[in-house]
Amino acid sequence: MCIGFPGKIISIDEDNYAQIDISGTKREVCLDIVDEPVIIGDYVISHAGYAIHKIDEALAKEKLDFLQELIDNEVY
Amino acid sequence: MKYIDEYRDPALVQGLLAKIRKSADRINRPVTIMEICGSHTYAIGRFGIRKMLPENIKLVSGPGCPVCVTSARDVDIALYLACQKDIIFATFGDMLRVPGSSGDSLQKKRAAGADVRIVAAANECIDLAQAFPQNEVIMMGIGFETTTPTIAATVENCRQKGITNFSVFSVHKIVPPAIHALINDPGLNIDGFLCPGHVSTMIGSNAYNMIPAAGCAAVITGFEPVDIMEGIWMILEQIANKKYEVAIQYSRGVKPEGNVRAMELINTIFKTETVEWRGIGPIPASGLIFREAYASYDTQTKFAVPEMESAELEGCGCGDILRGIKSPEQCFLFKKVCTPMNPIGPCMVSSEGTCSTYYKYY
Ligand code: SF4
Repeated sequence: MCIGFPGKIISIDEDNYAQIDISGTKREVCLDIVDEPVIIGDYVISHAGYAIHKIDEALAKEKLDFLQELIDNEVY
Repeated sequence: MKYIDEYRDPALVQGLLAKIRKSADRINRPVTIMEICGSHTYAIGRFGIRKMLPENIKLVSGPGCPVCVTSARDVDIALYLACQKDIIFATFGDMLRVPGSSGDSLQKKRAAGADVRIVAAANECIDLAQAFPQNEVIMMGIGFETTTPTIAATVENCRQKGITNFSVFSVHKIVPPAIHALINDPGLNIDGFLCPGHVSTMIGSNAYNMIPAAGCAAVITGFEPVDIMEGIWMILEQIANKKYEVAIQYSRGVKPEGNVRAMELINTIFKTETVEWRGIGPIPASGLIFREAYASYDTQTKFAVPEMESAELEGCGCGDILRGIKSPEQCFLFKKVCTPMNPIGPCMVSSEGTCSTYYKYY
């Protein structure tokens, strides 16, 4: 039930529904319960037809860089 | 694929595996980690993670599939409701084949003429209710804190639109009280919990404070291989250092405070109640029922449901599997009688059920 792939918002209509693009697949999600204000271009995690979380892109990138560094600097 | 491929990078997975090995050596005793969430069980199976881990690290699956923990009685009530006159019974697809006490399921009731419809999102019920004003649309309200806000939002939307032929049969459950019950279960001895990613998106990290307080590790983890490997490593580090806390591995999906807006919506419409979990039994304050102000959206207030004699299915070990005490191979029906094509218990029905995942990947 819970695998929600991140999707990019491509449009938002007046009823507070957004079209999102999940690597090529388009879906419609309701924005009524998303945790932060979103605009076109933002990435959101969705669940059962509702966007639930706006991804903080800077944070996501920082995390990947951190993991890479952690592993690069290790001598096995 | 942004935010997906990076978290499946084999080099990162291998790097994390090396780190896991080191921590496991340092701990140098058997460690049991429970993944609570059915989506974790599925991802761990799909990516073959259980087999990669060092010998002393054991992963057990918990009660994280909402369909699986729904009691036989609640399934029986759903079957009863679906068969009443002028009812359109809407449900998420994975509930369709779950057997009730008599072996019947919503699918069988539908074949016999009941108007049972699969929805992918609760708000599809709004259109249904408007298209069929003579009928009552009942939504099977199932799921943990990730799903409940979507149903709460639909209820709120119906209230604003003045829609009155819609109600929810709420069997919603909340996760932290179940973890609490597992920590206190003398039959279990868990060293750390992989906490669910998207439930935590909603409830935030503070909701798990009782885990470190009980001397267990807790890491909120995402669903990709890199996420899960890092989550396991973070748990092992807590155990190795004997410093327990609620850590967030899945920081791109979870804020410490959670989704405040969604949680407020849940609390406006629902309140907690002691409810029955399949396999675990009644857990205090672990279910959600309607508040009085929203009683007109409560199926169980609108419709009198007669008393029913419900019974768990004979021979099915789902109860022990949901508590992490047994693995599917220890159920004598597994793969022989019970298969995804012919499921005996709910753990084999849902794609996130432990038995169905083991059937596919082990
Ligand atoms: S294999 Fe089937 S019968 Fe056995 S515990 Fe799992 S669902 Fe129940």
